[in-house]
Amino acid sequence: MSDVILEMRNITKEFPGVKALENVSMVVRRGEVHAICGENGAGKSTLMKVLSGVWPYGSYTGEIIFDGKPVEFKNIRQSEHAGIVIIHQELALIPELSIAENIFLGNEYVKNGVIDWVETNRRARELLEHVGLNDEPQTAIKNIGVGKQQLVEIAKALNKDVRLLILDEPTAALNEEDSQHLLGLIDELRRKGITCIIISHKLNEIEQIADSITIIRDGQSVETLDVKGDKVDEDRIIRGMVGREMSSRFPDYTPNVGETFVEVRNWTVESPVIPGRLVCKGSNFYVRRGEIVGFAGLMGAGRTELMRSIFGQSYGIFRGGELYLDGKKVSLKSVPAAIDAGIGYVTEDRKVLGLNLLDDIKTTTVSAKLKKISKRSVVDRRAEFEAAEGYRKSLRTKTPTVNEGVGKLSGGNQQKVVLAKWLFTDPDLLILDEPTRGIDVGAKYEIYGIVQELAKSGKAVIVVSSELPELLGLSDRIYTICEGAITGCLAKGEATQENLMKLMTTLSDRSAAASA
Amino acid sequence: MKKLKDIFGGDTRQFGMIFALVALIALFQVMTNGLVLKPENVINIFNGNSYILVMAIGMVLVIIAGHIDLSVGSVAAAVGIVVALLMRDTGMHWVLAVLVGLAFGALIGAWQGFWVAYVGIPAFIVTLSGMMVFRGVNQLIGKSNTIPVKEDFQVIGAGYLPEVGPNTGYNNLTVLLGLILVAAVVLGAIRTRRNQVKIGAATGSATAMWVRTGLISFAILAVALLMASGRRGTSFPVSGLILGALVLIYGFISTRTIIGRHVYAVGGNRHAAELSGVRSKRVNFLVMMNMSILAALAGMMFVARSNASGPFDGVGWELDAIAAVFIGGAAVTGGVGTVIGSIVGGLVMAVLNNGLQLLGVGADLTQIIKGLVLLAAVAFDVYNKMQGRPSIIGLLTRGSKKGTTPDAAGKSA
Repeated sequence: MSDVILEMRNITKEFPGVKALENVSMVVRRGEVHAICGENGAGKSTLMKVLSGVWPYGSYTGEIIFDGKPVEFKNIRQSEHAGIVIIHQELALIPELSIAENIFLGNEYVKNGVIDWVETNRRARELLEHVGLNDEPQTAIKNIGVGKQQLVEIAKALNKDVRLLILDEPTAALNEEDSQHLLGLIDELRRKGITCIIISHKLNEIEQIADSITIIRDGQSVETLDVKGDKVDEDRIIRGMVGREMSSRFPDYTPNVGETFVEVRNWTVESPVIPGRLVCKGSNFYVRRGEIVGFAGLMGAGRTELMRSIFGQSYGIFRGGELYLDGKKVSLKSVPAAIDAGIGYVTEDRKVLGLNLLDDIKTTTVSAKLKKISKRSVVDRRAEFEAAEGYRKSLRTKTPTVNEGVGKLSGGNQQKVVLAKWLFTDPDLLILDEPTRGIDVGAKYEIYGIVQELAKSGKAVIVVSSELPELLGLSDRIYTICEGAITGCLAKGEATQENLMKLMTTLSDRSAAASA
Repeated sequence: MKKLKDIFGGDTRQFGMIFALVALIALFQVMTNGLVLKPENVINIFNGNSYILVMAIGMVLVIIAGHIDLSVGSVAAAVGIVVALLMRDTGMHWVLAVLVGLAFGALIGAWQGFWVAYVGIPAFIVTLSGMMVFRGVNQLIGKSNTIPVKEDFQVIGAGYLPEVGPNTGYNNLTVLLGLILVAAVVLGAIRTRRNQVKIGAATGSATAMWVRTGLISFAILAVALLMASGRRGTSFPVSGLILGALVLIYGFISTRTIIGRHVYAVGGNRHAAELSGVRSKRVNFLVMMNMSILAALAGMMFVARSNASGPFDGVGWELDAIAAVFIGGAAVTGGVGTVIGSIVGGLVMAVLNNGLQLLGVGADLTQIIKGLVLLAAVAFDVYNKMQGRPSIIGLLTRGSKKGTTPDAAGKSA
């Protein structure tokens, strides 16, 4: 038996218009914990989907060698049969069923065509012991916490005779104590000879648990680090993750910053899903007129949650905090109230939250402020057409006419329509959440130009983005968020990818105290 | 082909439906040796279906918003019996009774709307409950009896325009109504055209516009003259008049007003609508309430037409209304549909019913054919949507697709 359990060679995976992975190679040794690091969208999850057969053999190019043999998985069932089990970030458990039922779902113990509950529960108890969970196997999944659910997932994997366990962001939803317990369990599995691949944004955890690290950047594997041998620390990983060159991808721009327009104090929001979990922990920030302020944070850090909560409390349960516009305290409890107060919010997921894809361009453009072109609640279609036509020209949206359906436009042009929709509301504060996700470089440049024009005209602009180069190129100031708390604020001159990444991944005592 | 599209507008679905309706009428006209387009029969089609079409107007809004209403038949029956009893036992004037009936419908609608919009129970469940509850209300209040109604009330279901002016051999008011409509259509077309030209948004040629307007005007005049030339005393039915007015009002509301836009927005993408400042709960509430009000009106029209309110009025109406809406091009997932499309869809069903009846086809076979037509119409829709993606059927038929679209539509519907 060789000491390499898995080798992926020159994996390339293309989606229409995008190369998600390009010649990615990695080697995983038997019995190690191997971490995969990379920025959001670097291609980590795609790589794991290729490995586990979610993207079947034939839809990618390259070779996968598992246990010395080339493998061609066509679906998850085949990869699981070979002993590769993936535990996704969003757990695949059925809340209404019991722990035992979930563990054996699809692999039930059957006697004469009927489920053998005695054997099921006995075996479940055994597996739960392995993962250090002492709840009764009959407990319903919905009645145990996320941390324990994660352990049930692992128990389920153990039942399948797992040899390579893949954990995608296993601690993202866990608190510190549960995270440590989980890391301890991974360590124990390693001693039992189970190889683990772990994807995580929490670099301190990776440093603590991993034996080696493969870094993926822009769909390419850049390097593999040996944690013990190379004396890898967080700074070293960050350098690998962000080490791309910055070229002039932004229009020339001189900011013209005025008085403070928005100020947020002690903004606190509780998660609507997990009771007691705070997604915004007493956040404080301000934005001046004519200023572009960036918000950096890893996925799940609470950036979107904070912005949506400010935008008429459209997310989560409001637990306190004050919002000042032009020095006056306001209370905006609904989206219409926020729009009337002059706030616009370009959502992060265009297709799910931002657009009605059945609609055409002109109706979309005016949809957030129909009042503006209506008399006694009757829409003036000529004014509507003229407004849409005006934005089509000024934003250079590529479309034959404004009667075209938005579903037919490319990502960049869809984003321009969304921008037009919010510009039409005449906002004083425009919040842009991932404004350039999934659009090509040329369209990005145009969007940056529009954002800068907005700021120049005296509007306050907030940009939330997972792409650090974008934030660095666009923002006058950047706030960092980690686990719901604002951990720092850097001015344009002092911010670098390295120090931003550090602030985004560490909840230091100083910043925790400062934001509390 | 492209010229045809210019004339009838770009919407393949509606285009296909209107063609299907015309083709269906022509087919039955030939097969029945001209019975279908006899004045009495046309009047009969309007009279016998306008209450379903009134409900289809409310139903299309409900379906656009992404819901469904199964209770309409029972609501219609419950309102019908209350109105009939009010007039019989208290001698209430029929106009007042109609108003009370509409108010009762609004109350029922508020009840259902509350559960759907503010509590968040799926409309399917709420209105399934309503279907049982209000059927029970009808039978409880009416003690399962049939209650006759006075003659003056019958005008809203079985009345005709009066004969006025000189004897021209036609019903003068009906002809006048037709002429007014034609004038409105022509003026409207000219105004729209002028506006479009001014802002540089004119689609299609001026000739296409005139041909289209001419065809619509011709159709309106033909129907008006046909109905005006019937047996003396008959003319354009009052129920048809109510339906026409509602089509105009709701057509306007759904396309031209803020609330109309909001209904489409909520049905198309509820999250996006909410994040654009649409109060989706209020929209859902109003849509459900409106449906029950129209169901109440439909119930009263039916009672007026059949001279009495009975314990089994309105059984199965919800299915006819829903079928009309889906044949008319609405999407099960919400966000798509038009008032006029649903009316055309309802008329397709009505003509089908009527034509098969005239041909002496039994109720059993009629049911089967109607069911298949519904499936075919929606399948045509789904097929159209699949055209974006490569499918086996799509690949096989791609070559001939362009030239045959309207014919295919006609055959499938």
